[in-house]
Amino acid sequence: MDPLLSGGIGLSEILIVLLKVVVAFAGLMVGVMAMVWFERKLVADMQNRIGPNRAGPFGILQTLADGIKLFFKEDLQPERSDPFVFKLAPYLALVPAFLVFTVIPIAGNFSDGQDGVVTLFGHETLMQVADPQMGILFVLAMSSVAVYGVMLAGWSSGSKYPLLGSVRASAQMVSYEAALGLSVATVLLFAGTLSTNGIVASQAGWRWNIWMTLLVPFVVFVIAATAELNRPPFDLVEAEQELVGGFHTEYSSIRFALFFLAEFMNTVTMSAVIVTLFLGGPSGPIPSGAPGWVQDFLLPLIYFFAKLLVFLFVFVWFRATLPRFRYDQLMDLGWKFLIPLALGWFLILTAIKVARDQGWNPVVAGAVAALAVVVGGLLLRSSIRAAEDKDFDAVDPADLDGAGA
Amino acid sequence: MSLLAAASATTTFDVPANVVFAVLAVGMVTAAIRVVTTKNIVHAALWLVVVLGGNGIVYLLLQAEFVAMTQFLVYLGAIIVLFLFGIMLTRAPLGRSDDLDNNQRPLGVLVGVVLLAVVGFSLARQWGRDTLSFAAYQGGGAAGGNGRTQALANSIFGEYLIPFEVVSVLLLAALIGAIVLARRD
Repeated sequence: MDPLLSGGIGLSEILIVLLKVVVAFAGLMVGVMAMVWFERKLVADMQNRIGPNRAGPFGILQTLADGIKLFFKEDLQPERSDPFVFKLAPYLALVPAFLVFTVIPIAGNFSDGQDGVVTLFGHETLMQVADPQMGILFVLAMSSVAVYGVMLAGWSSGSKYPLLGSVRASAQMVSYEAALGLSVATVLLFAGTLSTNGIVASQAGWRWNIWMTLLVPFVVFVIAATAELNRPPFDLVEAEQELVGGFHTEYSSIRFALFFLAEFMNTVTMSAVIVTLFLGGPSGPIPSGAPGWVQDFLLPLIYFFAKLLVFLFVFVWFRATLPRFRYDQLMDLGWKFLIPLALGWFLILTAIKVARDQGWNPVVAGAVAALAVVVGGLLLRSSIRAAEDKDFDAVDPADLDGAGA
Repeated sequence: MSLLAAASATTTFDVPANVVFAVLAVGMVTAAIRVVTTKNIVHAALWLVVVLGGNGIVYLLLQAEFVAMTQFLVYLGAIIVLFLFGIMLTRAPLGRSDDLDNNQRPLGVLVGVVLLAVVGFSLARQWGRDTLSFAAYQGGGAAGGNGRTQALANSIFGEYLIPFEVVSVLLLAALIGAIVLARRD
């Protein structure tokens, strides 16, 4: 829990919380603007184009220009739409993206067993807006609530293509949520806490979860997160060639801008979540002789943003290089590959952890667990195969003709 | 959430929490009535979101943060999304649809009254007898910051392990039943 709020709550505590909220909000907005520019410029570079280069140096103000332009555009609303839900949907997409960022620790000294507590105006606090006990569950809950914006936007537009996009979105996001949750569970196994601050603290001293959990949950999480964000190669929700613009086809002006903002904000916050879960958040080597502000703010912020930038780059890289998945491939990857892989890995690591706690040989326990998981998986697979074969025998082509007539 | 926890560290259920609960309860009851009276099936699902979300906030007021987040994650994030998915996959008309009612109203009223009687009876029976000691879970804050979640996990996987497993078998049975009903062969 944040030490700021553990004592009495007076005016100064409330002001500090407000300050943190305002700084997080402003920082995230500026970050998103930079991200839009970064993505456009990088994709342009990768495609041998120039990209935005008019507004400001290197076109860095292009996002601002686009935002102002969208503000002044006419706001169209389809005649056959659901007025209230149509107006509500962009906010439903945007708010969860904001809220996730509130539990991300962005600075603080985590080296030498310290728990990232910094002193701000004479009060001890954490460099995150809130540190609830179930921080990472909050992240998962918000990422699953985010689907409402997409879904309701598609439905309330009262038009075919957006509806198709939103049906795709809901199925995709619910499917990949499971893989996302299972890979997070592996991290929680090592951290022993749900609080984001606790997860970062448990990774101090290079014990980053990316190698503590042996890479697989990290890979599963990144793939599932890409699908959860509806980013390429999983952007079937707004597949331009098939669905015009997907769920936001009917949106224009500032409401479209809100969806756009939500999408990029989700990318930034999801990268921050990956950094928090697997790369130790703002932790890194900190020289003990440095002054307090360097130890608490400067170096951790640099580490955090350096790690964040890696993932932002990776997401753009995905977009520029990978072709879009087909819908059945998407579902197969999610249900038949990622979920069994994440679950099996979770069971094996649990066995190793139990073996360590009980003083058994962890290698033997891990091997036995892996064997059990593989045998179980093969049994399941063969039983599914058998069931499929039986179905083909049972259905007589003549019956199908009869049913059709 | 930590704000709530800190504010009510000494008392178990204080005045602000009661006021919030009253406002929330009015909202939830209104939304629950709208679920069954609205003339648009997607709106009904959205009113249900309000009811279940309010339920989650009630858990937060009771300082059951883990249960609250699970409520948001499971009910809002999965169940209603699947409702909406099912509705949109079959038919999701905009505007009023007048065929949302059927002739089973008396049965619905009967079930509602019976449920109210059962819940009301159990509440009335236990009124003033059970004291929920939230303070018991407060001390966990210092030790790693997950005291209440740990206490919940200990009671689910310790004291209530068998009921928990029975419920999961029940859910599995429902799942298999759904598959059997849905398959045509």
